[in-house]
Amino acid sequence: MLANKISVKVSAVEQVAPSIREYTFTAADQKLSSFSPGAHVVVEMASNDKTYRNAYSLLSDPLDTSNYRIAVRLQDKSRGGSAFMHEQVKVGDEMRISPPSNLFAPDWRAKKHLLLAGGVGITPFMSYLPEMQRRGCNLELHYMFHGEQTGAYKELLKKELGNRFVSYDSDLKQRCELKSLIKNQPLGTHIYICGPAALIEATKAIGQELSIPSSMIHYEEFATPKPGKPFLVDIQSSGKTVSVGGEESLLEALEQADVFVPNMCRGGVCGQCVCTVIEGDIEHRDNFLSEDEKVSGKFIMPCVSRAHTDRIVLDI
Amino acid sequence: MRIAPKDVQSFRDDFTYTNSPEAIRRFPFPFIDDEYRYSVNLEAHQPKDGEGSVYEKFLDIDEHYLSEMAERAKVLEAMPSRCLAMPHMDIACWDLVERIMKSFVQDYPQYFSLTTNGDKWLWENKLLSIKDEFIFGDSTSLPMSPLEYIGRQVQGDFSILDQRNGDLFMDAGIITCPADWSLAFDAGMSFSEWHGPVPMAHSEGIFDRALKYLTMLQVGSPVRRLNWTLTVNARMDTSPETYSEWGHERASITPENVGEKIYLRVELQVIDRLPRSNALSFNIRTYLISLEDLVTNPAWAKRMHRTMKTLPPQLVDYKGLTRFHPMVIDYLSQYDPIK
Repeated sequence: MLANKISVKVSAVEQVAPSIREYTFTAADQKLSSFSPGAHVVVEMASNDKTYRNAYSLLSDPLDTSNYRIAVRLQDKSRGGSAFMHEQVKVGDEMRISPPSNLFAPDWRAKKHLLLAGGVGITPFMSYLPEMQRRGCNLELHYMFHGEQTGAYKELLKKELGNRFVSYDSDLKQRCELKSLIKNQPLGTHIYICGPAALIEATKAIGQELSIPSSMIHYEEFATPKPGKPFLVDIQSSGKTVSVGGEESLLEALEQADVFVPNMCRGGVCGQCVCTVIEGDIEHRDNFLSEDEKVSGKFIMPCVSRAHTDRIVLDI
Repeated sequence: MRIAPKDVQSFRDDFTYTNSPEAIRRFPFPFIDDEYRYSVNLEAHQPKDGEGSVYEKFLDIDEHYLSEMAERAKVLEAMPSRCLAMPHMDIACWDLVERIMKSFVQDYPQYFSLTTNGDKWLWENKLLSIKDEFIFGDSTSLPMSPLEYIGRQVQGDFSILDQRNGDLFMDAGIITCPADWSLAFDAGMSFSEWHGPVPMAHSEGIFDRALKYLTMLQVGSPVRRLNWTLTVNARMDTSPETYSEWGHERASITPENVGEKIYLRVELQVIDRLPRSNALSFNIRTYLISLEDLVTNPAWAKRMHRTMKTLPPQLVDYKGLTRFHPMVIDYLSQYDPIK
């Protein structure tokens, strides 16, 4: 469900990198609210056969309420969402989005903000930068991308940030020496990572090695629901059985079958959609449940996780 | 018709505070069960119970507005540290200014007006004869900090909670009518830290669940809950900082004066996500009613008697009721066929 959905109109579509398009949304009926740096919205994409819902970071100035902007990378193996955005969505279309939520806000107490972006992971930092500039924050942005596909906004960022911006185009064999970069930061630096899992894991490992408190390393990784084996779900309350296809998530299958589960990020981060498992083994793929909770087998995050067994029973 | 603010009454010294019949009728009576049970009892902060109810508007202005604002001014004069905001909370304080001003002009256009021209805001509060022009977001453009400025114009305490690493931190607030807790003491604490002294609820996992729920709260979906305690006299400011002024009053209760001197103190807590800062505003709006006034509603009298009888001893102690709790039960038992 998207509580309090907002209707918006697509007022511009722009190619900002070979595989990334930027979409500008303006309000259709109600005014858009301000939002906080790092916030995202869930965009509902109603195609003919199915409704996709994906979370995208807002990349405009948080104080500018005249529009919201997102950037969508066409995924090589799109499950439908990014392909729908790239192929179907046109200027003038009406769409529905959730109100902005934030799971990746800056820690304003930081003495310095070190921003590490990978590819389309630049987007949340696009909303960080205007506010950080207004506050006169000490910051550095390191931007890693494949120039042949990604690398949106790099000229703009270079112009805005000057020598506080460093870019690394791996198609030009440019590499970021993460460890020396992190090692040379002053005390009180907070590190923010948005990008592929490998970049997040590498940074976390370096942080651990250098004894940087985990509270000073922030990251946002929306796991996209990865495919798996099909399975069946018995709904305890209604006795209904829902079948989950290999390419869809458990949450999507439940929604398709009109079984309502509250949800927000749809990427295994926020914890809204947690369900209680009565029976069956779970393959956990989320970043929300604690190790103990995962081992207990009592909970599942239906947005990304799946069944190990052919059939599970959920207490919903 | 909603009741209009009346002339200033006092919450100290001569305690001239009174509730009109309409204020008694709309009092947010908190007990929903005969047997006392601990619960988080959060619900969406949507209008409820029709015109004139305390739940009708986002922020409730009632007949005590002027009295509470006068009381707040006194507390702040004696102790400016009752209003605190850490430097990183500046934008959250402005979020709150906007939230309160905009909801006031929408809900009470007869009392407030706001004209905005970009960042230039003109604010008028007719109840307090305030008219100021300022630059939104520029804390030097107001006669005092934005939090104190708006806090002096709205009933109820506010704490502003910064959200970091999946936890909440009490990094700002204006707290002049607390039920025995101190902002200066709790400042900077995390959610579980400032709830540390609460008995029972930790082991029941109540705070873990409440924290997860609150960190997920979305913009535009405020929630509310009621909390309660008993206070001797209609004293708003029962803070640890002023304990020497009110603590001894607990010993002044007798079977003869219990109905007049003991007040049920109910907090309507409204929690709302602030858009620019991603902080939460936590409004604690306090309502006081003497037992004497409360028992004019027979259903409340009966319910309150039964709830008080089943209150766990740990909570009697924690809420500071030990000295007079038996007298409260005796007094209320007159109104309950089941003794």
